[in-house]
Amino acid sequence: MRLNKILKNTLLILTACLVLSACATKKEVATDIQGQMQGDVYTGTDTVEYLADGVPDRVFFATNESILTTASRETLRAQAGWLRKNPNINVVLEGHADERGTREYNLALGERRANAAKDYLMTYGISSDRITVLSYGKERPVDSGSNPLAWSKNRRSVTVKAN
Amino acid sequence: MTKKILILLFILIPIKANALIEVDITRGNLNPLPLAVSPLSIDEESRKDFEKILKKENIGSEISNIVENNLRTSGLFNPLDKKAFLQAPDIANLKPRFEDWNLIKAQALITGKANYVDDKLRVEFRLWDVLAAKEMMALAFTTVPNNWRRVGHIISDKVYERLTGEKGYFDTRIIYVSEEGPKTQRIKKLAIMDQDGANNKFLTLGNELVLTPRFNPASQMVTYLSYFKNMPRVYLLDIETGTQEVVGDFPGMTFAPRFSPDGKKIIMSFAKDGKSDIYTMDLENRIVEKITNHPSIDTSPSYSPDGKYITFNSDRSGYQQIYVMKNDGSDVKRISFGNGLYGTPVWSPRGDLIAFTKLHKGKFYIGVMRTDGSGERLLTENYYQEAPSWSPNGRVLIFYRETKTNSKGEGFSAKLWSIDLTGYNERQIKTPTDASDPSWSSLLSN
Repeated sequence: MRLNKILKNTLLILTACLVLSACATKKEVATDIQGQMQGDVYTGTDTVEYLADGVPDRVFFATNESILTTASRETLRAQAGWLRKNPNINVVLEGHADERGTREYNLALGERRANAAKDYLMTYGISSDRITVLSYGKERPVDSGSNPLAWSKNRRSVTVKAN
Repeated sequence: MTKKILILLFILIPIKANALIEVDITRGNLNPLPLAVSPLSIDEESRKDFEKILKKENIGSEISNIVENNLRTSGLFNPLDKKAFLQAPDIANLKPRFEDWNLIKAQALITGKANYVDDKLRVEFRLWDVLAAKEMMALAFTTVPNNWRRVGHIISDKVYERLTGEKGYFDTRIIYVSEEGPKTQRIKKLAIMDQDGANNKFLTLGNELVLTPRFNPASQMVTYLSYFKNMPRVYLLDIETGTQEVVGDFPGMTFAPRFSPDGKKIIMSFAKDGKSDIYTMDLENRIVEKITNHPSIDTSPSYSPDGKYITFNSDRSGYQQIYVMKNDGSDVKRISFGNGLYGTPVWSPRGDLIAFTKLHKGKFYIGVMRTDGSGERLLTENYYQEAPSWSPNGRVLIFYRETKTNSKGEGFSAKLWSIDLTGYNERQIKTPTDASDPSWSSLLSN
């Protein structure tokens, strides 16, 4: 009886281990495919360029959204710091959408995204005179793929030096 | 099985009852009317004259080919193979031997004659009901020889009108955006062509991004979006003179332009501070009016044919949906309530329907609904398609479709397609380059 119980327990432990390890590998695979996205917001660095050391040039958005994520706000604070240090530089905020929307709505959505970034820069002391907003809608994707990862890279607002 | 028989009966009964042929275009036509388009007969002297002027060996046959092609692509007619014709064109035009045409199962017959008279092209044509052994219509046109393609389109329109009871849509043009280059750096130009793809012409050089061209009712002017100097603005282009001008003086992006049905105003969106609202500008006195005022995105406005109402899409409910309001912006009513997102509403020239693009579960649909939102009908489903534009008779929709790229991001293309309001007769419209954002002109010969 006791032996039986011990055996049962070891079996249980064994299965538990198996389940856990299975989970771990599964998660790893998932992060490999999706590791560059959180929800459907792009979190990778593939397409990101830098305005200066530690100052990424772009922020990313969820489908149909223009809300700034925590990471986006961090990026924009770095941009605001850089803009304060370089008072002669003006910027264009280029807003973009992915290909999964109608052209005209996407133009408006790109404007709304770039504007969300502009508003945030302004709250960190950057004058609106130094910022121009320009929407490209779905016209200028960075990734020509037709998959969720490509779309997430394309939903963006990019800060570009204007002078 | 029973369904098929029923449809057959519906089509057959009216023909018998009315004695003369009539084609019902309100339902999908599974049995296009068999008809014979006999080449226009032409005397040898005229044939040589036209060959010299137009570099076409036989202009009579060329014009007939246009008619034949138009009628076939309408999906309502089945032009029979010319090789089966028993009667020569010149004799058929004088007096068809109806038994001969009956024998090859033609129900209607088109005959005619082309002549070179006083430096002009003179064309007469006749439409015959083969079963009733009667002439249904006879008309003649005189025009400059260069207009020969249009003569073919006008004959097609007359035949279509006589047999269906509704105006045709063949003597029309399509303005669209020609696309070339990689997906991440598309070069886009305004282009214009005849409805059948002939006479393609580029109107801009591709130096700046251009989008969403739309005709005015007279089909002389085009309003469109251009990124000239990297400032997205609504422009007005005179097709004949080539003159262009910015519409209005807005401190930001204007987009999604269309003409009012009387051609006197342009309606469009203006985006500022993350909000897009709908505005109109009167082209005579330049007065700008704000029509919507909402923190949401309001765009893709389109007037009803009487000009009294405007349909548009807005995400004021949280998602992109279709709305209708009075032309002063009052009385806003949401009309789309199905599952998914709805965009690009366009009012039918007949006034009774609104065509739209719908996005649902990762698929794009072109559909129509009544102007109160009832009776939603989806005509076609695809990976990506949008921006329907109505034929002037409100029977056909033209739109563009983009392909899904492969895992390497390759294989992108954009093409123009058309589909009947019935959901039948889906066709690709051939263009020299990739193409998007089509807009159909009104009938040119009216």
